Amino acid sequence: METYYKPEHLPRFGEIAEGNKELADAFFAYYGKVFQDGALSEREKALIALAVAHTVQCPYCIDAYTSACLEKGSDLEQMTEAVHVATAIRGGASLVHGVQMLDQVKKLVM
Amino acid sequence: MSLDTQEFIALELLSTGDGALIEVEGPRATTSMHHRRAPLTSPDEQFLILNAATVRSGPTTSGIFDRDLEASGWPVLQPAGLDIFQINLGKLCNMTCRHCHVDSGPDRIDENMDLGTIEACLRAIDVSGAHTVDLTGGAPELNPHFEYLVDECVQRGKHVMDRCNLTILTTRRYQHLPQWFAERNVEVICSLPHYRKLGTDAQRGKGTYDKSLRALRLLNEAGYGQGDPTRPLTLVTNPVGAYLAGNQASLEAEWKEALAKNHDVYFDRLLALNNMPMSRYLEWLMEKGMVEEYLEKLVQAFNPGTIAGLMCRNTLSVSWDGYLYDCDFNQQLDMKMDLPGAARPRVQDFSLGIWQQHVIRTERHCYGCTAGAGSGCGGAIT
Repeated sequence: METYYKPEHLPRFGEIAEGNKELADAFFAYYGKVFQDGALSEREKALIALAVAHTVQCPYCIDAYTSACLEKGSDLEQMTEAVHVATAIRGGASLVHGVQMLDQVKKLVM
Repeated sequence: MSLDTQEFIALELLSTGDGALIEVEGPRATTSMHHRRAPLTSPDEQFLILNAATVRSGPTTSGIFDRDLEASGWPVLQPAGLDIFQINLGKLCNMTCRHCHVDSGPDRIDENMDLGTIEACLRAIDVSGAHTVDLTGGAPELNPHFEYLVDECVQRGKHVMDRCNLTILTTRRYQHLPQWFAERNVEVICSLPHYRKLGTDAQRGKGTYDKSLRALRLLNEAGYGQGDPTRPLTLVTNPVGAYLAGNQASLEAEWKEALAKNHDVYFDRLLALNNMPMSRYLEWLMEKGMVEEYLEKLVQAFNPGTIAGLMCRNTLSVSWDGYLYDCDFNQQLDMKMDLPGAARPRVQDFSLGIWQQHVIRTERHCYGCTAGAGSGCGGAIT
């Protein structure tokens, strides 16, 4: 079946260098550095990536960072909490706009 | 994974192989393949399944370990120097973990090293020059001659490592061991796949985590895990699933913080090991239909930088019945050491000179030790 998302695209990510190697090299070097142990551990960074992956709803990232989270020592409970953080921020982002609605309502109704 | 639906062995009394019965309780994630008479207990069956998997990566893309070694500048794999003398005291264990490469369990009562073979090991240790004696199993403590062997090794000035499943230390008969180990400066190397409950119990059986923490506290009370080099407490983690071990140093920092913060429990170092695609772990991969995917993951992560430090180059492995192997994995796959000049691979006949000249035997499972940062009984290699 033809789909827009193809699992085999993930391991082929590097092929993006075909159109512009310099930019790809710079991106992958940066990407690699971002996920190294720093003030945050590799495990914490992978959890953040997992949450962001759910926010941007990228299936490649969700697969990749599910594996990465497990490899770096997170378990299902921790990963589920990370996804809930993304969900809470998404939901909260909608809900907090409700105050704008509220103000507008107050302006318009008696 | 529904642990509740697993069939548990209700064995509380274990035979020690010496005609005595001992009472031992232990968590069980599964039953041994031996107990179920599963065809996969045969090494030939395991090789058949592993070799049927298609391999597309690695230096030669052949999936033949020796060829990938050769392509990496290692035409023959031979020992460096003998540092570690590893003895597998038997397959008997109070636990039955999901991933066990030994297929250990409470039903493995027939395979236990006898005193004659232990004496032969001690003679071999004397001529081996190895600085460390590494005791494993099964639960090595269940061997009736365990304490005698440890004492003999300590008297010889050897560094002794006990590969401990932790839960055994919470059983009545073995509660004295933390203090007993401390008096002899034995390094305790403990299996704990995760610093949280979920993964630990899934892999090692319900209740393992709580018992393991209890055992770790006993070890802490005996002076272990406090940074004292004479009482080192080492934890071993291996993935609770079909992925590679993480960055050992990074995991160690996280584990130390989490265990201290959540449980006031301390340890000295963490070893991160890959799971070997064999025995009960292979069985689990087959159930999941992931044999090929996992093997491909290992081969894809083939790291030539690990070859020099592979444990088969500085360790030898003795089985409960006195045979010699290049590692505990080869031992469980019945790949006896291939010694030159038709020398018998028996501990009774051990010669350091012959060992140094021999060629190490490999099969596809060996990709588990060369993947990523490398893996082995000593943890990451690079």
